[in-house]
Amino acid sequence: MSYSTDFLVNLYRIMLRIRICEESLVEPILNREILCPCHLYSGEEAIAAGIGVLLDERDYVFSNHRAHGHYLAKGGSLNAMVAEVYGRESGCSRGRGGSMHLIDPEVGMLGSAPIVSGTISLGLGSALASLIRGDDRVTVVFFGDGATGEGVLYESLNFAALWKLPIIFVCENNFYATHMPVSDCRVQSKIRSIADPFCIANCEVDGNDVLAVFEAAKKVVEKCRRGEGPFFMECLTYRLRGHVGPDDNVQGLHTDIRPPEEVEAWRKRDPLVLFKDLLLRQYHIGEQVLRNMEAEVEAEIRIAHDLAQKSPHPDGKDLLNYVFR
Amino acid sequence: MSSDRKLLYSLAINEAFHQAMAADDSVFLIGQGTKSPWYVGNTAKGLLERFGRNRVIDTPVSENAMTGAAVGAALAGMKPVVVHPRMDFMLYAFDPVINQAANWYYMNGGRLSVPVVFWGIINRGGEQAAQHSQALHAMFAHAPGLKVVMPATPYDAKGLMIAAISDPNPVVYIDDRFLYNEEDDVPEDICEIEIGKGIVRKEGADITIVAVSLMVREALKAADNLAKVGIDAECIDLRSVKPIDKDIILQSVSKTGRLVIADVGWQSFGASAEIAAIVAQHGFQFLKAPVSRVALPDCPAPASSSLERAYYKTHIDIERAVKNVLYNGARERAGERAL
Repeated sequence: MSYSTDFLVNLYRIMLRIRICEESLVEPILNREILCPCHLYSGEEAIAAGIGVLLDERDYVFSNHRAHGHYLAKGGSLNAMVAEVYGRESGCSRGRGGSMHLIDPEVGMLGSAPIVSGTISLGLGSALASLIRGDDRVTVVFFGDGATGEGVLYESLNFAALWKLPIIFVCENNFYATHMPVSDCRVQSKIRSIADPFCIANCEVDGNDVLAVFEAAKKVVEKCRRGEGPFFMECLTYRLRGHVGPDDNVQGLHTDIRPPEEVEAWRKRDPLVLFKDLLLRQYHIGEQVLRNMEAEVEAEIRIAHDLAQKSPHPDGKDLLNYVFR
Repeated sequence: MSSDRKLLYSLAINEAFHQAMAADDSVFLIGQGTKSPWYVGNTAKGLLERFGRNRVIDTPVSENAMTGAAVGAALAGMKPVVVHPRMDFMLYAFDPVINQAANWYYMNGGRLSVPVVFWGIINRGGEQAAQHSQALHAMFAHAPGLKVVMPATPYDAKGLMIAAISDPNPVVYIDDRFLYNEEDDVPEDICEIEIGKGIVRKEGADITIVAVSLMVREALKAADNLAKVGIDAECIDLRSVKPIDKDIILQSVSKTGRLVIADVGWQSFGASAEIAAIVAQHGFQFLKAPVSRVALPDCPAPASSSLERAYYKTHIDIERAVKNVLYNGARERAGERAL
């Protein structure tokens, strides 16, 4: 495949922005400057970036508890996200939602929620809205391997297939539902096979290879736009941080039971490292270009933290705002 | 608005859909049995033929996903009505209704509201037993972010449905199969009944009866019978369980000093408890006698007709409660004073 330099650099920037942002949250979390539960996306960036780059502002995304990457890749405001995580009035949800409730309707990021599988049926609805209106928007719902234990996923697959909805079900299989290995949750380890009984086309993708994700998603996004949905993508990946917070072991909780050799092996397959190597070796992008980009992104994220820390918290007198519109 | 055109309660709902869907392309109906009168009676009559299968969507038995789809469509700019022909099945949809829709606007700081109507039909009677009979309004009213309306008349059935569809917030619309054959005046034009406002159905001086849904009819029957024995009861139709019209209740109790609450749901922790608490908190000084409640016992709905007769409340129970409040209440207070 041949790609333009601009495309490749942009794709790397999307991933880098997510990674640097996630890692920048670690210290404030440990210092308890950030209090809301943060499910960091480090290690899974290739999925949000590879799919997000294909979507327009008119397309819809619903996410889950691990939402930072999906929100940023969809074009959500970085400053508003960081402020939200700090619980500030200037946050994307005005400090009412925290890390797990990121939203930016102007760019089609319709929301995220931590009830496992809870947003899958919401995506079904936005796809249904497209069908009723006859528009060509595509809906993408992101969920983890843990979501395959919830019945509503299967109800949603059935209805999406029945009505040929323009929706892409993206399962980010990071092999653990919180502490529980996927092999303890499921008899059938190939998650994508759950789409088979519903006659939904499906594929398995290396979720740490951003170009592989991009190529797989490109085909299905185009098909969805033509009314040939739905699709199911299983992206194999691994989180480099704990289920929630920077790393359960760093926090002294020792709830992350993943074998150290396994973590180490996946570290070698870090999607940013893999893509950077590819850019340098195969696509001959200058190292200086990437270094400059890193500096720019770091500066952008430092500003986001500064702005957030200077922003006021929501006022207690406004507690009851936004219950009803 | 007044009209001398009479319409069945079920056809009033049907007319609300015809008019709301004609007025706004983003309104659609989704749920089980929208094609089948066995499920939804006359309420969906002619809709499929007029608006097509994309706006009158009959679904598989998947309450959780279908309700979630309605919520998601609302987030994407549509105005869905999702029907649960037996509201007991709506318990499968607690997640999209409460975790998602009720919380959504708050948890995104007012960025995106959820203009969806969750329509649940109470199916009491007919020996349908515990899972085809439940009135679950109190459960929904308990959750912040949801409005809950319970029309008791054909006019309200139409007006509250149209108001629910127009509302930018999630509204739970609960009706009762036993009301479907009620016939009364309904305006022919598109009309709204304001959500959150009750109405005095009959004025009276001696005692206030606050009723919801089917119990409004029973309260009015009771008031007629009580008038024959010289008791002048005021009947309030709450119309909306939430937001609750505190003013209309307190104003009436300030006049009568006595209160009977008639609810279609269970007594424990229910709508009647909330109404009693409002009066205890804000209208204690008006009360001349303890508040009385006519509601379902702390017991699942039975099957056998003989048990159903013992279970469901009618005007007779309301009449008995009124008399107890008027006579025993006076005695109790006399006793209290003696202490």
